[in-house]
Amino acid sequence: MRAVRILAATLALTVLMPATAIAQQAPPSLPDIEDEVMCPTCGFSLALSESPQANQIRDLIRQLIDEGLTKEQIKDALVVEYGPEVLASPETSGFDLAAWVVPGLAILIAGAALTIGVRRWRSAAGGGPGVPSRLEPEPGDDERLAADLDRYRL
Amino acid sequence: MSNRAFLAVIGALAVIALLAFGVFKAEPSLAVGEAPPDAPLPRLDGSGDAAIADFAGSWVLVNFWASWCGPCESESPDIQSLLEDRADDGLVVFGINSRDATDSARAFEQELGLTWEMVRDGDGKRMDEYGIPGLPESFLVDPEGRLAAICRGPLTLRQLNAVVGPFLDGARPAAAGVPPFCEV
Repeated sequence: MRAVRILAATLALTVLMPATAIAQQAPPSLPDIEDEVMCPTCGFSLALSESPQANQIRDLIRQLIDEGLTKEQIKDALVVEYGPEVLASPETSGFDLAAWVVPGLAILIAGAALTIGVRRWRSAAGGGPGVPSRLEPEPGDDERLAADLDRYRL
Repeated sequence: MSNRAFLAVIGALAVIALLAFGVFKAEPSLAVGEAPPDAPLPRLDGSGDAAIADFAGSWVLVNFWASWCGPCESESPDIQSLLEDRADDGLVVFGINSRDATDSARAFEQELGLTWEMVRDGDGKRMDEYGIPGLPESFLVDPEGRLAAICRGPLTLRQLNAVVGPFLDGARPAAAGVPPFCEV
């Protein structure tokens, strides 16, 4: 059994490693970068914009790809030319900070609400002090059950 | 009011305040008579910084442009002609290249033979300080450093002469010659 596991792990590594290496060495493509870059003048993602400035940025990206730059190097070069607003991610200061903070806060609040809700539901279902359990039969249930079975007996 | 209702009201008010801030956030705008934003910017050719204040005592036509902007391509030769005609009367042109790629901007400048002072505003922050939504826009600054005219659109040579010319001659522009998108 152990030999089978070692063989499977070796096969997986053999298959995955070249793919990873190829992915690291593959040159970036325009579509790969377009959706992470903004057209600062029109305020849309570069992938969605056909404005003259967007076309200029696309030309610059193609030129930088031809020069052999990596995706991160190209994004850095775009920031040097157009400032940080050219990247699709919002800024980490001022009003834009809300774009980073609000989703995190929303997840925390939703998690807290879910935890409280589940605890309350479990305490109600588990029969806390003074709360009858829903799993236990109530007085008279046996008689009602017997009567129902008699009624449907053919 | 229960604690839960109180929290719900506070939450709703916070959301409304956030939306109102986004909707009514004041955009900067300039008016004739005001001093324009003028922190030094790097020159387009990389040779240090320049500011409008460097030309105090002259009439300075501040022109925002970009090489990808079609109307800028039409307007720039006319500004160059105006400069060549009126430089001796104390006119200086101060070009602010905004939201543009440096190499494209320099190629544009050379192809059109533009000889005026050029600075770079790559991230468009100076455009935002002037409240400029699109390019090109021009601002005439008087020798005391205050705005004498604001034109929010491309100008032809005739319009440039009608707006800028009278100031250089010590007069005020005739209302009939001033384009509707200009404030003097």
